[in-house]
Amino acid sequence: MRRVAIIGVGQTKFRTRRDDATHEELTFEGVSRTLEDAGLSISQIDSFIYGTMDPFDGVNSPDKWCVGGAGAVGKPFIKISTGGTTGLTAGIAAYHQVASGAFDISMAVCTQRVGVGDDAQSILNTCVCPIYERDAGAGAISIGAHQASRHMFKYGSTDYQRALISVDAHKNALNNPNAHIQVDVNPEDVLNSRMIEWPLRLLECCPRSDGACAVIFASEEAAKKLCPHPAWVWGEASILDSYWWGERPDLADWDVLSLAGRRLFKMAGISNPLKEIDVAELYAPFTSQILLELEALGFCGHGEAGPLIEKGVFKMDGEMAVTPSGGVLCTNPIGATGLVRLTEAVLQVTGKAGQHQVPGAEVALAHAWGGTMQLHALMIVGKHKR
Amino acid sequence: MAEKKEEFIKVKANWNIPFTHSAGKCASHFFQEMREKKRILGIRCPKCQRVMLPPRSFCERCFVATTDWVPVKDEGVVESVSINYMEYTGMPKPPYAIAFIRLDGSDSNLMHFVGGVDLSDWKKAKDLVKIGTRVKAVWKEEREGRMTDIMYFKPVSAK
Ligand SMILES: [Zn+2]
Repeated sequence: MRRVAIIGVGQTKFRTRRDDATHEELTFEGVSRTLEDAGLSISQIDSFIYGTMDPFDGVNSPDKWCVGGAGAVGKPFIKISTGGTTGLTAGIAAYHQVASGAFDISMAVCTQRVGVGDDAQSILNTCVCPIYERDAGAGAISIGAHQASRHMFKYGSTDYQRALISVDAHKNALNNPNAHIQVDVNPEDVLNSRMIEWPLRLLECCPRSDGACAVIFASEEAAKKLCPHPAWVWGEASILDSYWWGERPDLADWDVLSLAGRRLFKMAGISNPLKEIDVAELYAPFTSQILLELEALGFCGHGEAGPLIEKGVFKMDGEMAVTPSGGVLCTNPIGATGLVRLTEAVLQVTGKAGQHQVPGAEVALAHAWGGTMQLHALMIVGKHKR
Repeated sequence: MAEKKEEFIKVKANWNIPFTHSAGKCASHFFQEMREKKRILGIRCPKCQRVMLPPRSFCERCFVATTDWVPVKDEGVVESVSINYMEYTGMPKPPYAIAFIRLDGSDSNLMHFVGGVDLSDWKKAKDLVKIGTRVKAVWKEEREGRMTDIMYFKPVSAK
């Protein structure tokens, strides 16, 4: 496998609806920003990986609609759809295209319009098996709610600890011009916000966002010519669990994420994640998932995330910054969200994150999950080659 | 002079397409037993020996076909729970509690409602449908061969 660099990233501003643009126009906007960042023209892209999660946009396979906006007409093109994981799975696929030697420059492009549908939870409910489980009325929020209730039961995590996760995310989002929700909240605001699905309150759940994102991967040789300060891919991992929630040994522990994390750290040569990683852009549309993800990835022991959050270990100026962008809790264009995590990780290690830059960040992790708490994708990027 | 606000046209669309899903041989037998005998059947993997509920015609861990039906009780323990207070298009009317329930005799968890208690105020409801609560199925009189033949699982301590 060849060494791979990321030589361009870009994203649109995210908001509930972008009535000023169609789906393909939004894609054009995201891709144009990325090309501008890289200083490349569209003709220099050899292959395209396109990610979107059907059918939020109300169009079956909107990838067909978007090829023109992605600049992909006449080029090799693969569509990826792995639920919430989509964006980062698309990134991994584009990475593989370059690492394998199949192409020198590959672009991952994701567009999602969650805001065009009246009701995202009803669409998410169609992901659930129609024979056995759909009648029980579960949506994506149910996943975060069950993980929260089980984590409280097993490890004693608290509503207050989850409220702090929301507060930190919202404060970080205020410094990110692309973030969708930009409000300052305190723990009482979170605890007093409307109960959505016990134990999760409104300010513990992500919004529905419209937007696009694109990332350009290049071989070491191509990067040398095109980009003086790229981000370097240190490692990636992806994993799939059973479709069936009832097959999970314990919803308080994200076992498959632990497994994927071990594979990732082995590939990236990381032995102490908390010490060696400066920024973790975790995919957590619900506050509870930050707890499970920190623990599953070995940033702390099981049951330790809540108390460490109270100590401020994962704040902007803490030992490791978690979602300096404000994360998924403040911005969730579902099928593009995973690629936004990678984009934010790249911005951090290339020193281009602006107001939400973590000073001196050199190693960053990007994560996404999708399906019925089923899939995970991970990537580590560094300022230096590894 | 105030500038005219730019107008963006919106185009309405709607998806309302009926589907008829195949339950297959295994789930069909499971639903028939529920409909006719108010009986819940798990299925045993011949290799790892675990009893799967809901039953599937193969064990995905061992990748072998399953054949042995095993009756499980319509009573068990709540392993995890959430209580939904939002109304979504085409979904059940809130409030409702979604639980993963380990029925006696099963080695996996069944997703279903916990009900028969007042869920209207979450501050009280969270103590009525806790993890560890023992629950028992409340069956419909008129059954059609569907998961909803069980209306919900009711805490056994509830009157
Ligand atoms: Zn087995």
